Amino acid sequence: DSKYFEKLVKDKKVVLFMKGNPSAPMCGFSRLVVQILHMHGVDGYDHHDVLQDVDFKEKFKEWSEWPTFPQLYLNGELVGGADIVLQLHQNGELVEELEKIGHCSALLDK
Amino acid sequence: MAAETELELEIKKKLTDQLEPTHIELKDISGGCGKSFEVLIVSEKFKDKPLLERHRLVNGILSEEIKLLHAFSQKTYTPEQWHKMNN
Repeated sequence: DSKYFEKLVKDKKVVLFMKGNPSAPMCGFSRLVVQILHMHGVDGYDHHDVLQDVDFKEKFKEWSEWPTFPQLYLNGELVGGADIVLQLHQNGELVEELEKIGHCSALLDK
Repeated sequence: MAAETELELEIKKKLTDQLEPTHIELKDISGGCGKSFEVLIVSEKFKDKPLLERHRLVNGILSEEIKLLHAFSQKTYTPEQWHKMNN
């Protein structure tokens, strides 16, 4: 499992494990992260709906040592859940985190 | 306001014992079922810790309780950050 999970989080520069999918989030916390990513012009990222597979959901939580969803990964590293992503968005650090992976935030154009 | 539930008291006690917060607020955001909380913690123990580490610390302290919850949201500040925000 752990090799598989490692591959999943590293498959793309931005990977989101969430409830539902970006066009139909099934939880307010997941929706929040989708909206923040969208504001920064991050599209076409990898996403996995943890509601589709309870076994996957439980094992992934154990592997990541993070008890809740969503979980956002940038460059294979866990950034955090909705609280952290929101705070990074508000204090401007998310722009920097995205810069590190070579993504120029859409919020900078304005 | 309804009396604090056992779960609520347990969460508050664990966080208070282990983080020695200068300020702590636990809010029931469940709208009735008592299984969703928002917590605000101000503690010196967050000093020099990035957000992810602060949240991991809280998640670790509440590992048993979080399993029982539907939603859990946290805000973590050092006394210094908290002071700046409120002045």
